[in-house]
Amino acid sequence: MAHNVNFDLSHPRVEAGLESPADEEGVHDSFSQLIAEESQKEGPSDAIELQYQQRNPEDKDRDNVAYLSPSENRRWRIGSDKTGEEDKGRQTDSLLKDSWSSATLKILSSMPSRTIGRSRGAIISQYYNRTAELRRRTQRRASIKDFSRSARPSIRGYGVEVDTTDSAEKKQERLIQNLQNLSAVDRVRLLKEMPLNLSEKKSLRRLTLQMTKQTRSSSNLRCCSYLKFHIILALRHSWYNCLSFLHSLHLWQMPLKRVSGRFGSGVLSYFLFLKTLLFFNMFLFLVLGSFLVVPQAVYPPEQLENRKSFTGLELFTGGGYFANTLLYYGYYSNHTLHSCSKNNISSPPKPECDSKSLSYNMPLAYFFTIGLSFFVTCIILVYSMSKSFGQSFRIDKSNGMLAMKVFCSWDFKVIKRSSVRLLSENIRTQLKELLGEAHHRHIRSTISDKLVRLVMHGLGWILCIGATAGCVAVIYYFSDYMHKEQLKSSQNDSGDPELLKEASLLALPVLVSFINLMLPILFQFTAWMEKYNSPSLRTFVSLSRNLILKVSVLGVLCFHWLKRVAGSADNNKAFKCWESFVGQELYRFLIIDFIFTLLATLFGELLWRSFSDKVLKRNRRPGFDIAKNVLDLIYGQTLAWLGLLFAPLLPAVQILKLLLLFYIKMSSVMMNCQAPSRAYRVSQMTTIFITLLCFPSFLGASVCVTYTMWRLPSSESCGPFRGNKTMIQAGKQRIVELVKENPNLYFLAEAHTYLVENPLVLFVGATIFLIVIYFQSQVVDGQRKIIALLQEQIENEGEDKKFLITRLQSVHERKRTPARNLTSQVSLWNDRLV
Amino acid sequence: MRQILHGRYRELAPHLVPLDYTNNPDIKVPMALIVTMPELKENPFRDRIVETFSEDGQGNMSFNDFVDMFSALCETSPRELKTIYAFKIYDFNRDNFICKEDLQKTLNKLTKGELTPEEVRLVCDKAIEEADLDADNKLSFADFENMISKAPDFLSNFHVRI
Repeated sequence: MAHNVNFDLSHPRVEAGLESPADEEGVHDSFSQLIAEESQKEGPSDAIELQYQQRNPEDKDRDNVAYLSPSENRRWRIGSDKTGEEDKGRQTDSLLKDSWSSATLKILSSMPSRTIGRSRGAIISQYYNRTAELRRRTQRRASIKDFSRSARPSIRGYGVEVDTTDSAEKKQERLIQNLQNLSAVDRVRLLKEMPLNLSEKKSLRRLTLQMTKQTRSSSNLRCCSYLKFHIILALRHSWYNCLSFLHSLHLWQMPLKRVSGRFGSGVLSYFLFLKTLLFFNMFLFLVLGSFLVVPQAVYPPEQLENRKSFTGLELFTGGGYFANTLLYYGYYSNHTLHSCSKNNISSPPKPECDSKSLSYNMPLAYFFTIGLSFFVTCIILVYSMSKSFGQSFRIDKSNGMLAMKVFCSWDFKVIKRSSVRLLSENIRTQLKELLGEAHHRHIRSTISDKLVRLVMHGLGWILCIGATAGCVAVIYYFSDYMHKEQLKSSQNDSGDPELLKEASLLALPVLVSFINLMLPILFQFTAWMEKYNSPSLRTFVSLSRNLILKVSVLGVLCFHWLKRVAGSADNNKAFKCWESFVGQELYRFLIIDFIFTLLATLFGELLWRSFSDKVLKRNRRPGFDIAKNVLDLIYGQTLAWLGLLFAPLLPAVQILKLLLLFYIKMSSVMMNCQAPSRAYRVSQMTTIFITLLCFPSFLGASVCVTYTMWRLPSSESCGPFRGNKTMIQAGKQRIVELVKENPNLYFLAEAHTYLVENPLVLFVGATIFLIVIYFQSQVVDGQRKIIALLQEQIENEGEDKKFLITRLQSVHERKRTPARNLTSQVSLWNDRLV
Repeated sequence: MRQILHGRYRELAPHLVPLDYTNNPDIKVPMALIVTMPELKENPFRDRIVETFSEDGQGNMSFNDFVDMFSALCETSPRELKTIYAFKIYDFNRDNFICKEDLQKTLNKLTKGELTPEEVRLVCDKAIEEADLDADNKLSFADFENMISKAPDFLSNFHVRI
């Protein structure tokens, strides 16, 4: 009857509860309702029983353990407003606040959720289930009619074998069998994730490989697939060796550890960003060096002008001695290099050279190398940006801030005692802020406060944008003036000394670097004047202001170079080789930027520290402004990318600059700065920096380079694309010539005409791309809904667990005390009769 | 990497640890020596970390345990592994749940006991309310994992450099 809780599934009452959701009458959609109903049916007897239990505390079978009590604020169900049942449910649960019997405890302690990671057997069985599921998922998808109809979606279709009677060895065998049947990637990943001892993981892997080898050798492989298998294995092995070698180089391992030990992950992210940029530049240097610089160095072209003598100024201006060297575009020849002829272009190559000599088509090589390096850089950037974005973006933006702060904010890398102290102060402040926020959320600021704040923000923005616009105008007019001066001086051939003329070229870079240094200080002052509600808002505003400044400065400089300098190529002999001139300008900008960074580090950090120590007698040292420094790095890298077309050796210059910058910044930070006193969200900021590197920086550089290749006429007398055509036209002409020479390559020309030049192909490609993006956004929406559903399910499971445990307890109680039962039954019947 | 770790392990107790590990001697370095390592010395959770990774649960680590610890805490360790070990570290009474007392102890270690008891109580209540999904007033592993998956900084913070 009602007292016998029968867990037999064939019991009619229980089966009625397992009907499909189509039957509305038999199913409860609220478990509180179910608990309430059940308790109402047997309410009095339960109450009497529990009173008995409470009156007999000396029963030896009772063990006091933490009871299950729901929190008061818990939402019982999404979308149901059963307040009446809520009250009854709460009442019922308060009755169940009791101690559990030992039998119940034994069952409770072996529940899967309580044994996660605890014992080896439990881990193995958990991972056995996981591998079984993975295998099932990858092998075939069961059709919907295989699943038993059940109202509870959580037990539908799993079919997991839950027999706990298997011994540990048997479980391990089955785990190994499952691991074998997975793909290698999955197997490695699962083995890595298992929280077992290293020695046990090793033995599992060894056993799995052994059995794999046995099964493989037993099957007969054909000789060619056997060979292919071994080749693939060998390749993969060598790739892993290569990767582990690169990793073992441990570039800058100790300095990075010292920085992270003292300053934490925030400052470390700046140095890691520097390291990433260094690798990008090394890659560019390798590609450009091996395809452009080395062939041209081995077969140098004819020297038409006299090489100027070396004065020290070349290192800064890039002109003079460096003017007609491998460093710049103008040096590269526009004909095919032959390995045996070192003569002038005008003299015909010897006939016996033609057939056997290696020829190297310089213009085509230049064109394709630059294109290839930009393309590969683009792919690497987009890949790292998407990976970083995937790690830091969270679909479900619920507010779990406090719990996250408690568990995830301690930075385990920090080692130094003073930094540890600062970190814990930091965390304490953040926790207090969060608590304060929760309390003061209801306090609204008055309208006048809001107005004042709005006015201050508006003023601040107007000031910053005005200053930026003013500086951009100054750069515009000054560059115009310098350009005109240069045109005039080259026409007049005035008696100014060469050195002064060269040094005057440095004026524009110095002005730009000075603006880049001073204006961020103005922005900081403005931000100090305004008061921001949240520190993250302040960081974003300062980041965007600095970004606007740098983008506008670079924009006006690109305009100056690509419109004015390139445009005046035909009028003037000073700009005959305008590409080399632009390359020199970029070299100058890089070097002057480096010098100004050096000076800023010296004055900004060293002098400020001694000033604040001796004059102000404060104990606080300046903090390291991560965002500003990273933006400076991005600015330098944009210049390097812009200059790739005009100065192929510029990556080498950038590599040297980054190496020196690393050591200078490292020593400055260690000596002069202290750990940051404000919170810094590392992964979010890292994602933002990589995005900034990809979007304004790389995109801008590639747009400029594409514009140069497509629209601007190349100079007549220098470079691989001599002649008054654009680079793309010159490239196409070369390809046509190449096809004429080797008729086998006709398909290249066909491919070019039908694929690259056809706008229809681009249109179709863009449409497909947009459709794919739309589908992906729909997938994300669907996943968000699934997350909400799963959370609801977890809450349901919690209710289930409570229900079952109390039922279990009552079953054990009744079994143990039949006498008491009888007495209560008798009294109940008596009451009813009466 | 293993060589480096062996060197570090040996310098903790040179009289105990032999140079040569080929016959896998059964040596355990006690906890008091391990927490003198510079990477762990100032960490408020150093005792719990060493206890979690030691086989006997008391903090005496063999070389395998030592290697386990640093490989679980390294940069390339997978997220699931780090979550499991973080849960074990924060579970002070080892009952496979993070209850209120565990949270209070974690909080006191984080802030070095500088928060008032009222604030500690508030933070613990609110944290459990936010993260507890199945309404049993403590955090099971599933709750913890769900909360950690929303914190992108966890992977970079839960990392010890050797």
